[in-house]
Amino acid sequence: MTVTSEVNAPAGAVRSAFAGLRRLFFKNESLRGLALLTPTLVILSITVIVPFLLMGAMSFWTQIGFDYTDDWSLRNYGIILTEPLYTTLLLRSLGMSMAATLLTVVLAYPMAYFLAFHVEKNKLIWLIIITLPFWTSYLLRVFAWRVVLGYEGVINTGLMEIGLITEPLSFLLYSKSAVVITLAHAWAAFALLPIYVSLEKIDKSVLEASADLGEGPMMRFFRVILPLSMPGVIAGTFLMFIPTVGDYVTAALVGGPDSQMIGNLIQLQFGTVDNWPMGAALAITMIISIAMVGLFFLVLSRLLTKWVKS
Amino acid sequence: MSSQDTLKRHHFHKPNRGLQAYAFFFMCLLYAPIMFIPLFSFSSGLYIRFPIEGWTLQWYGNLMERTAVLNALKNSVRVGLSVAVVSTFLGIFAAKALVRYRIPGKGPIIGFILLPLVVPPIIFGVALLLMVNALGIPLSLYTIAAGHIIICLPFAIATLLPRFEGYDAAMEEAAADLGENSWWVFWRVTVPIILPGIVASLLLTFTVSFDEFVMAFFLGGTDLTLPLYVWGQLRIPNAFPVVLALGTLILLFSFLLVFIGLRIGRRGAIKLVDRD
Repeated sequence: MTVTSEVNAPAGAVRSAFAGLRRLFFKNESLRGLALLTPTLVILSITVIVPFLLMGAMSFWTQIGFDYTDDWSLRNYGIILTEPLYTTLLLRSLGMSMAATLLTVVLAYPMAYFLAFHVEKNKLIWLIIITLPFWTSYLLRVFAWRVVLGYEGVINTGLMEIGLITEPLSFLLYSKSAVVITLAHAWAAFALLPIYVSLEKIDKSVLEASADLGEGPMMRFFRVILPLSMPGVIAGTFLMFIPTVGDYVTAALVGGPDSQMIGNLIQLQFGTVDNWPMGAALAITMIISIAMVGLFFLVLSRLLTKWVKS
Repeated sequence: MSSQDTLKRHHFHKPNRGLQAYAFFFMCLLYAPIMFIPLFSFSSGLYIRFPIEGWTLQWYGNLMERTAVLNALKNSVRVGLSVAVVSTFLGIFAAKALVRYRIPGKGPIIGFILLPLVVPPIIFGVALLLMVNALGIPLSLYTIAAGHIIICLPFAIATLLPRFEGYDAAMEEAAADLGENSWWVFWRVTVPIILPGIVASLLLTFTVSFDEFVMAFFLGGTDLTLPLYVWGQLRIPNAFPVVLALGTLILLFSFLLVFIGLRIGRRGAIKLVDRD
């Protein structure tokens, strides 16, 4: 905001007397700011950074019986990389999250477009109504899909009631598609909001220019709107992909044996399997693989935009 | 605005039936699955299925008789209230610092604070569990609250930041020039101006904590919060109707709080635009 310059002008003589003093304290400005931030940063350090370091350290330890040794070894990582179970789950999680993300981005884009260009009245209410579910119980939103997809759920008994099917469709629940659909639904706002923001930011005069130059609506969309909204699409993709890879609630509630994700495996290490060092190593491996996939797509999208521009 | 301008504006906002229909479809997709929870909570059948045999309020009655539900509710409210107060309190100072002062490394600091919005919550839950365990701290409502603060801080700060951006620092300075000390300036000038942001932040962080499951799952002890109670009941098929009734009440309560929170929270942004 342009606040300070406006303020200083009519401030008067008293103020100018203080100006020199203020300049002396100028360096303290950042100190005062940091002082205000300190409680937050201290709490986050204790609850985020320290635990992360501990998790990193523990991933090199080994579980023996009910206890673990803290002599350092790469054993856990060796197992993760060589045992097919671990790599399968990891790759499957990445694949299913990608599928859910793709599904959501494709479904959310037209909605974001509608909000940005076709809603003029009550935009705030529209935004609130769209984001409302995402603030509320994640567990219940996932549970809702169990109600919908279940063997005796809404879809099956509904279709039987109409007479379209005579027996429940057993593939609806406890399957990969059930997990992907539920993930797509549960995290949709994470993809929608960044796309909406990038569309909203597009300067309308650019659109007018394109129209004046004789481009039709289709051309205008593909040559102007879509490229300009790409940053939002990319941001939305990341914002949804990253958290969904680690999800375990969805697979636990609506997934079957073939659709368990890496999060479920991590959770097991801290539950019934009771191998915390392995759980820590899995969590670290998951973070690294998310980062690698993310980096890959980031580089890819950079290259693509360069290629399009040239 | 000339008629030609209106014409041109109109050209880009031409109502598009297809898009309107899609928006309607999208909203249905978003809300329909959730709405089946309240719908079936009034069904007298033990199973979730069509056709609905009859309507009843008995599941809500059952709910009230369960002391475990009331205990979980009490725990959730306690955790939610303390998390809301702590994260909003921290958020006020953090947001003020980020808007008002030149801080070296501001970008990375904001990124760090907002990290929990993106990183899978299981990571934070597991990491915090390891530390709490290493320190020999027993799992309890306190450890759940600690986990929730990590998740709620980004929401508190994101809600409060626009508030500080939206008003003149001049008012604080005027009060200071009139001889108020900085603590009084804060209470008599800053707080009243950002009050809607504070209320919004309290409502939103309370709801996020109230509904949070993953952190509570890893960091919870024997005292259950409501989502933990629901999770336990999901394994018992006969308990489904009661879960539906409980879920309906949780959804209703959360939707209400968040709606009010978002309304209050964003009004500042609108006013800001109007003033310009």
